[in-house]
Amino acid sequence: MESLRSGPRAVGEIARGMPVSRPAVSQHLKVLKEAGLVTDTPDGTRRVYRLDPRGLGALRDWLDRFWGDQLTAFKDFADQQETPE
Amino acid sequence: MSIAPIVQAVTVAVPPDRAFTLFTGSMGRWWKRGMTIGAKPHEDVVIEPRAGGRWFERDEDGAETDWGKVLAWEPPGRVLLGWQIDAAFKHDPDLTTEVEVTFVPEGKGTRVTLTHRHLERFGDSAERIAAQLGGGWPGLLQLFADLTEKDA
Repeated sequence: MESLRSGPRAVGEIARGMPVSRPAVSQHLKVLKEAGLVTDTPDGTRRVYRLDPRGLGALRDWLDRFWGDQLTAFKDFADQQETPE
Repeated sequence: MSIAPIVQAVTVAVPPDRAFTLFTGSMGRWWKRGMTIGAKPHEDVVIEPRAGGRWFERDEDGAETDWGKVLAWEPPGRVLLGWQIDAAFKHDPDLTTEVEVTFVPEGKGTRVTLTHRHLERFGDSAERIAAQLGGGWPGLLQLFADLTEKDA
C-alpha cells in the first residue's frame, strides 16, 4: 500500500522491490480491494491499482450523517412524549 | 492508529430519566425506517436493559438480527453499546466499535450526546482478513488511516 501512495501502479511495479512474491502481492491487492481500500482498472493486459480515498473516510462520513439523522428522529419522537402518556 | 470519533448531540424536552427510557426502551419507535440491516424492515429494535444484554432488530415475522451488545448500563446518565456491524453492514461478533450515549440535564430537558468511537477497528477487521489469508503487511492500514485523516 505504501507504494501506492505515490500514485497508481501495476502489480509488477508494486511487487518489484518487495520481499514477497508477485502472486502474494496480487493476493494482498485482492483483499485490499474487497475491503474497499484500493480500486483497480484494466490497462491493456495489466491491471492498475490505486488507493481508494473513499475507504474508511467515506464510512466515517456516512456514519456521521447516519447518527445525525437518527438523533434528529429521536428528538422528534422524544419531544412528542413531553406530556405524560 | 486512530480515526476521530463521531460526536452528535441534540437537546430534547424531557428530563434525563425519561430521555434514557425512550432512547433505549423505544428504539424501534423512533429509529428511522430502512436504516437497518435485516432482510425485512424492523418491527422493533431491542436493547436488553443490562450489561451484557443483546442489541438487535426484530422484523414482522419475529426474525432477529443482532447489532451488538450492551457494554455498560448506567441509567439515567449513560449507556455504552457495542456496535458489531462491519463496514459491509453485516453483523460481526469479532468486531466491536463503541456507541456511547450520555444524558445530561439541560434546563427542563436533556442534552443527549452520542459518540461513536474506535472507528479504526473497521480497518482492523480488514487487516484481520488479510492476516488470515496468510500475510499482512504490518502497518499497511496505519498508512491508510494516515491518508484518510489527511483527507478528512
